[in-house]
Amino acid sequence: MTVPRAHASSPAEIARPTHDPRTEPKAVRIVLITLAIGFLSIFVVLPLVIVFAQAFAKGIGAYLVALADAEALAAIRLTLFVAATSVGLNLLFGLVAAWAIAKFDFGGKTLLITLIDLPFSVSPVISGLVFVLLFGAQGFFGPWLQAHHLQVLFAFPGIALATTFVTFPFVARALIPLMQEQGTQEEEAAISLGASGLQTFFRVTLPNIKWGVLYGVLLCNARAMGEFGAVSVVSGHVRGETNTMPLLVEILYNEYQFVAAFAIASLLAMLALITLIAKTVLDRHLDEGAPRGH
Amino acid sequence: MGLTLTWLSVIVLIPLAGLFIKSMELSLDQFWGIITSRRTLNALRVSFGLAFAAASVNLVMGTIIVWALVRYRFPGRRLFDAIVDVPFALPTAVAGVALTSLFAEKGWLGAPLAALGVKVAFTPVGIFIAMIFIGIPFVVRTVQPVLIDLDPELEEAAASLGAGRWHIVIKVILPSLAPALLTGLALAFARAVGEFGSVIFIAGNLPNISEIAPLLIVIRLSEYRYADATAIAVVMLVASFVIIFTVNRLQRWAQSRMPSN
Repeated sequence: MTVPRAHASSPAEIARPTHDPRTEPKAVRIVLITLAIGFLSIFVVLPLVIVFAQAFAKGIGAYLVALADAEALAAIRLTLFVAATSVGLNLLFGLVAAWAIAKFDFGGKTLLITLIDLPFSVSPVISGLVFVLLFGAQGFFGPWLQAHHLQVLFAFPGIALATTFVTFPFVARALIPLMQEQGTQEEEAAISLGASGLQTFFRVTLPNIKWGVLYGVLLCNARAMGEFGAVSVVSGHVRGETNTMPLLVEILYNEYQFVAAFAIASLLAMLALITLIAKTVLDRHLDEGAPRGH
Repeated sequence: MGLTLTWLSVIVLIPLAGLFIKSMELSLDQFWGIITSRRTLNALRVSFGLAFAAASVNLVMGTIIVWALVRYRFPGRRLFDAIVDVPFALPTAVAGVALTSLFAEKGWLGAPLAALGVKVAFTPVGIFIAMIFIGIPFVVRTVQPVLIDLDPELEEAAASLGAGRWHIVIKVILPSLAPALLTGLALAFARAVGEFGSVIFIAGNLPNISEIAPLLIVIRLSEYRYADATAIAVVMLVASFVIIFTVNRLQRWAQSRMPSN
């Protein structure tokens, strides 16, 4: 099994006769390609380029100074902790949910998948709002939390919860189709050979889905580190304490500290680029792995 | 299974239910009064109207992009294919500040546009631009697999029967892509309606003119007007439920038209 790679110079492409009924006149092709490239360049490439251009506008020295700032470091640390928490929780959930959905039959499966997808279609601001309504001073659990001197909102737990909500679907989404495709044959074989449930999971299921797991974790992590709307509502913007990197970008930008704002933004942009590169590589692995299910 | 449901309830369902319970503390009159107040209506109009306009642009440009990526070979094709996902991966706040400095009056694109008399940043046009940006991946990524899987024999048959190329595209290809195109449109629309981070920097945020509904929720929250925030959120949430429902229907429609899958 080889993955069809698109090379401009592949013989099939060159050999294709000019009167191929499945293509358009050359002029039309050129116009469409130009439109596509032009649109993507203006709307996607330029914004990426300007992030780095602005970050380095006053030289690499100013860039490094901005990143070494205590507030910046605090934001980076908080972002890493929040992402680790949310990714960990959602990894666990994603595995369990995908396992339940793919390996067992029960009614209401479609509904369950729709519910798992729900956070994708809810405005991030509303995702934050629901936790304010639950844990805020006037919220459902607010008085109880206050009585026990527990702070959820405007503190780490609130930020982690909102981030977990927003990134909820990623791992489950990556695993459900993969595990459904693989079916239950291998697990049944393992069990019939005397393996225990856990052994089957770690020795049979997990190796089969490892690329899918990595894929889900990757996207989950990117979103967790970059989440803005939901976190902005629950964070309270306590400087040096509850500001994640995206929130710090906003604050610095509004204070006209453009180099500092774009320096932090450039870290997040690099995270996005690395995520995309890793995703492209994983896409290829998943393509190669998929047709194995005889 | 039980674990799945419990966890789903704790993280997603209970918080969302809390929103609806909170909104029930309002009488119908109060609720109606909040969502029909001038500022709320204008914010909803800005969010939904511009989101639809942006999603429509994405429908047209997404179709062109996906066509070029799937059907043609050109230098950098794989790079541009990967780049389509950038709006998905780039944190929204980063997109927001980047677009703003790009389209600000002295920005790389803002300056030439200002010379033409077009002001983008801090106007509704800016919101429109940001919403186009974040919607780009949806149409492309939903249509791409369908276009790749499209049976080449359909086109060849139509061509051998003497149909012109334009005719084939309109009568044969576009109808087969229709469910995917509409799904992409709906997803882009849903994302743009709720979008916050990439929009607020470039929007200008003038009440009644360039204030989006999610921002109004944030403002009401900061004023401790929780009831107002909740009422607006309920309207938006119901809208996203309708969109999810539509997308599910569209997908079922698409499946019923492709019995081979």
